[in-house]
Amino acid sequence: MAVAKLEQLSKSVVQGPSLATGAIPTQDWMDVPVVFKPGNFAYQAKVEKVEYLNSQKDLNFPNAREWSPENDDWKLPEDWKEIILHGLKERLDKFRSLKIFMDCCVRCGACADKCHFFLGTGDPKNMPVMRAELLRSIYRNDFTLAGKLMGKMAGAREMTVGVLKEWFMYSYQCTECRRCSVFCPYGIDTAEVTMMLRELLHLVGVGINWILEPASNSNRTGNHMGLQPHTFKDNVDFLAEDVENLTGVKINHSFNRKGAEVLFITPSADVFAEPGLYTAMGYLALFEEIGLDYTWSTYASEGGNFGLFTNNELMKKLNGKMYAEAKRLGVKYIIGGECGHMWRVVHQYMDTMNGPADFLEVPKSSITGTVFNNAASTKMVHISEFTADLIRHNKIKLDPSRNSHVKATFHDSCNPARAMGLLDEPRYILDHVLDNWVEMPENTIREQTFCCGSGTGLNTDEIMELRMRAGLPRANAVKHVIDKYGVNTLSCVCAIDRATLTSLMNYWNPGCDVCGVSELVGNALVMKGENRQELTEGLRTLV
Amino acid sequence: MKYAFSFLAVIALILIAWLGSRIPGMEYLFGVAIPYLAIMVFLGGFVYRVIHWAKSPVPFSIPTTCGQGKSLDFIKQDKLDCPTKTSEVVARMALEILAFRSLFRNTKSELHEGPKITYESSKWLWLFALIFHYSFLVIVLRHMRLFVNPVPAWIQALEFGDGLLQIGAPTMYMTDVGLILGVVLLFGRRLITRHVRYISLANDYFPLVLIFSIAVTGILMRFFLRTDIDIVNIKNLLVGLATLQPVIGAEIGAIFYIHIFLVSVLLVYFPFSKLMHLGGVFMSPTRNMKNDSRAKRHINPWNDPTIKPHSYAGYEDEFREFMVEAGIPVDKELAPKKDEA
Repeated sequence: MAVAKLEQLSKSVVQGPSLATGAIPTQDWMDVPVVFKPGNFAYQAKVEKVEYLNSQKDLNFPNAREWSPENDDWKLPEDWKEIILHGLKERLDKFRSLKIFMDCCVRCGACADKCHFFLGTGDPKNMPVMRAELLRSIYRNDFTLAGKLMGKMAGAREMTVGVLKEWFMYSYQCTECRRCSVFCPYGIDTAEVTMMLRELLHLVGVGINWILEPASNSNRTGNHMGLQPHTFKDNVDFLAEDVENLTGVKINHSFNRKGAEVLFITPSADVFAEPGLYTAMGYLALFEEIGLDYTWSTYASEGGNFGLFTNNELMKKLNGKMYAEAKRLGVKYIIGGECGHMWRVVHQYMDTMNGPADFLEVPKSSITGTVFNNAASTKMVHISEFTADLIRHNKIKLDPSRNSHVKATFHDSCNPARAMGLLDEPRYILDHVLDNWVEMPENTIREQTFCCGSGTGLNTDEIMELRMRAGLPRANAVKHVIDKYGVNTLSCVCAIDRATLTSLMNYWNPGCDVCGVSELVGNALVMKGENRQELTEGLRTLV
Repeated sequence: MKYAFSFLAVIALILIAWLGSRIPGMEYLFGVAIPYLAIMVFLGGFVYRVIHWAKSPVPFSIPTTCGQGKSLDFIKQDKLDCPTKTSEVVARMALEILAFRSLFRNTKSELHEGPKITYESSKWLWLFALIFHYSFLVIVLRHMRLFVNPVPAWIQALEFGDGLLQIGAPTMYMTDVGLILGVVLLFGRRLITRHVRYISLANDYFPLVLIFSIAVTGILMRFFLRTDIDIVNIKNLLVGLATLQPVIGAEIGAIFYIHIFLVSVLLVYFPFSKLMHLGGVFMSPTRNMKNDSRAKRHINPWNDPTIKPHSYAGYEDEFREFMVEAGIPVDKELAPKKDEA
């Protein structure tokens, strides 16, 4: 699917007749059917991926088949409607959030223009309130007295195949970023709604490949990329060699080593592709410099968790590897790399799902002696917390002038910002590794940060135009600081961001690089015994 | 049209009360039976709904963090927006419920040529909502004077404060103006703001029209049709209702029956509608939870302990050869190769 040219899309988002630009749709939203055409949907999951997942104990991924969203017939099971309604009932009983979010919305519209998908597409059904109404209308019809008595007058409608298709369209045009929930007077979180919609769709075999393939890879090989143990090791070894070539310091790292103090887990994308590779080099350099007794794992070689974008059971199953491996190796605690949704799972779900981790110890930095009481129960520390603490205690020597080629701004990733509260640790690090850096406008950072537009497993090429539209609010804020301050680097603490923001910058703001905060740490790090070459581009320098 | 339907529905309700109460003997239905029924449905429905919500657990700790979390001692925690203590959660909730803090954050986005997106603070909704809700609250509290004898001092003080402007006779209440203004502004916003208009349902317009009519009938009674009603009889009836000994004296006036019927409809409608946000706002998990899920384990009652990860043993079995060859430690060594015969 060809992506619209920059000039075309620039015009289209501003002038195209959409609710965001001022046009008022003439038809009631319930009367507007969804139409799937190339470019507006992510490809359906491959049969073998669904079959593989369904074959796993504890998982339920029925109805593996050849199908396409573009066809009229989705080959749903005969009793699909009962399955969906029963599934909804079950989830209402399991999640108080769902019940309250279904009942309490007053349609005040505060959320409407807070969504990056709405701002970029102008599609009314991308207003968070409307996305929730897609489900709420069914909830009213089958689970509330008012809906049963008054029907459409009370905003209720019957569950049909058309509604199901609408759910598929719009639950995959939401990145569960939670920006709307910041502005909602009742804290209604569309992420909860989207998660439920996606879970329900999986019950009848409707899912996308870009999520289910990495998820099944992660189950089998330990990581989304499907890197087998020897390949994973090769990749990390290769990065370690690169660091040695650049700095003259030999990196001593290990894999699956029993008795290490720390298990380090980061998204596999960091050891797989640019620009995440440089972030991984930053980790390697930092850990070498402080002499951390740590190990990588090939079995738990994925920080991310596409189960979060699928269903609760898969999320729990994939996440379980972290504690299982920590226990097997006998480490004291876990350090986690830079990743957004990984940290949502670690911070808000892991201990509940797979704890208590009573075989681990409360994390204590062996270098500074700091006890991480904020992670006393999960026993897992964020790399930015760990690094900020090192800097605070002067345990590493940093030379910001080594980053003089970088004029950076910082992108808060959705999950660390709105599902964790990790805002100032990365900023503290940036303050010490850069001579100066600038913030984007206040309505686009911290808890109001805009999503990259391609989170929750939507960073697939076939929906590139949608992604560029959804990423526009973020790209636009970056452009603001490029024009104003000459920014040339967008730093972040998320592996998905490193991939998606790169595409986004290439499209909207060519020339702006994307990097992890740990890459900038690696750049500025003055290492003991180093024999450093002239690195005009830090860890990216080709020698 | 959804809003037209709401007007029609309320007009129908007014006619029912007006004509109905004219029929001899029906005063008892409109003055006693329906109000009692409405109160029961309201209380029962409200409690039922809250219990219904509470029956579902909160499986995960999912606060929306709107500020810096508690981590290292040199990183300043935003205690209000990322609370870790009960007192901090109470403060966050109090500001949310009493001051509509999230609405205060509201911004308006605009797309300009370039493209360029701008965001500016937009506090209209917050202001309208605040005027509406506080006026409504004070009016409800003021009405308590009708149910008790003698009237407590705090209600008299409230009335005095509400009439402080001393305009007209009887003195105009600021909250009467506030309620009407609030309803009109919120209704107007639904019609004028394009995206709000698109999402509005009949059940968004109806309560506004209903509350508007309640306010108007109340104001008519106090200021314009005062001679048509018998205030002493009304007080007797309402005190009677409150003490479960209702007596309907002489002719009270149709406008009173219309007013009390509309209030009854509102009470019955309440628990089955979005008006339950009054209860829900207290129970929203994204706002009323502490952000301490890494420090303290949150328990999910339906957590399934039988769900296990794909085991390490299974993983090693599949990849052992590669691992050994790559020098990655394994738990079980490779089986010695059999000599090929």
